Amino acid sequence: MLKMLGFMLEGTLVSLEVFSLTLMFALPLALPVALGRMSRSRLVRGPVHLYILVMRGTPLILQILFVYFAPYYLFGLSYDRFTAVVVAFSVNYAAYFAEIYRGGIQSIPRGQVEAAKVLGFTRTDTFFRIVLPQVVKRILPATANEVITLVKDTALAQTIGVAELFRVAQNASARQFSTMPIFVAGVFYFVMNWAVSEIFLRTERKLAYYS
Amino acid sequence: MDVIEVTHLSKSYGDQRVLSDLSFSVHQGEVLAIIGPSGSGKSTLLRTLTHLETASSGSMSICGRRILDDGRYADAATLRAALLKLGLVFQDFNLFPHFSALRNITEAQERVLGRAPPQARIVALGLLEKMGLSAKALAYPCELSGGQKQRVSIARALALDPQVLLFDEPTSALDPELTGEILKVIRALAAEKMTMVVVTHEMGFARDVADRAMLIDGGTIVEQGPARELIDNPRSERTQAFLRRFSDR
Repeated sequence: MLKMLGFMLEGTLVSLEVFSLTLMFALPLALPVALGRMSRSRLVRGPVHLYILVMRGTPLILQILFVYFAPYYLFGLSYDRFTAVVVAFSVNYAAYFAEIYRGGIQSIPRGQVEAAKVLGFTRTDTFFRIVLPQVVKRILPATANEVITLVKDTALAQTIGVAELFRVAQNASARQFSTMPIFVAGVFYFVMNWAVSEIFLRTERKLAYYS
Repeated sequence: MDVIEVTHLSKSYGDQRVLSDLSFSVHQGEVLAIIGPSGSGKSTLLRTLTHLETASSGSMSICGRRILDDGRYADAATLRAALLKLGLVFQDFNLFPHFSALRNITEAQERVLGRAPPQARIVALGLLEKMGLSAKALAYPCELSGGQKQRVSIARALALDPQVLLFDEPTSALDPELTGEILKVIRALAAEKMTMVVVTHEMGFARDVADRAMLIDGGTIVEQGPARELIDNPRSERTQAFLRRFSDR
């Protein structure tokens, strides 16, 4: 039992690594994607739109397989499975985050940008000092949803053999002829997401000083 | 000296002409009231002056700097420098909700004029005091009444030392009691010889405070002249009809 828990904690660590690396890459990457999606130039907007369509329109599990195997079949390149998982997750989640950002940016009243322009703020200052802080507040609930989904989606890393929490639990389950480890894994996911919810709630409360 | 000089200014959205061949100027130290029915182009005019909308043709100068020459805009640097001489107060305030009243007033001073934070703060506190809002320096816009918000937004514009302050229906989002607050502020600024252009539906105010008035209808200037004279004895029939609607109310 203790040994099983030890394995599962190791698996949890792998899941947490996939989770945090994905957030580290996807959250910033989504910003240029969102801006590209809103670009006035069709040459920019079109490809970005296509990227978002593909990312949201095909299963993540397929994307993981593609990211890992495509370089091998095309160029004979094989590389680290963990890296492939992080790349696939980041590129996929950036698409979802980008659409959340876009919604947030477009929800800011035009008057805010106009006031900033008349006051002489540069476009960069207007975006980073006036628009973005207000966007962050508005998109927190939607982003929390996505981040919570990501915690559970890390289970898909096992598709190409990365031993994350769920895979470890399944293995333990097979060895012990018991479904118990899988339910224990469920509790692990729940606790992680509880923490995620709590962090988002606190951030929301911190930003509640204005409306 | 003319602070704003506009000649043959026109603006179209597609084939719809919203401003048609406007020529006028605003002199140093005067208050110009722009009156006219809704949708006549008054706001569009202010938005074109501040470059929130682009003109289709004509010329504009601000403080002697040509920003629009026969339909062509000056280079970005000239444009930016000239537009800094204009301050605009919006109908719906457009305060930055995530900043306190104080920071709403200091932010542009620091980021745009490059003033040191302590100096920007002194300017802001001085303006807040002038607006009777010293106690609200650290309040956020959502904690202020409409009249207080509008006074903060006037302070925000004044903090950048504009040569002209433009008001786009500054009291239209306020109830009558709060309207008085704002008109009092504008009156006080007029007494200090601040150059102002005020788009307004408050005829009594325009008559008493403005030096000159201009009636715009259908995107053209119908009549302009000394405010009292234009409002008391309008010459054109359209002005008479417009003002009659007001006295009927």
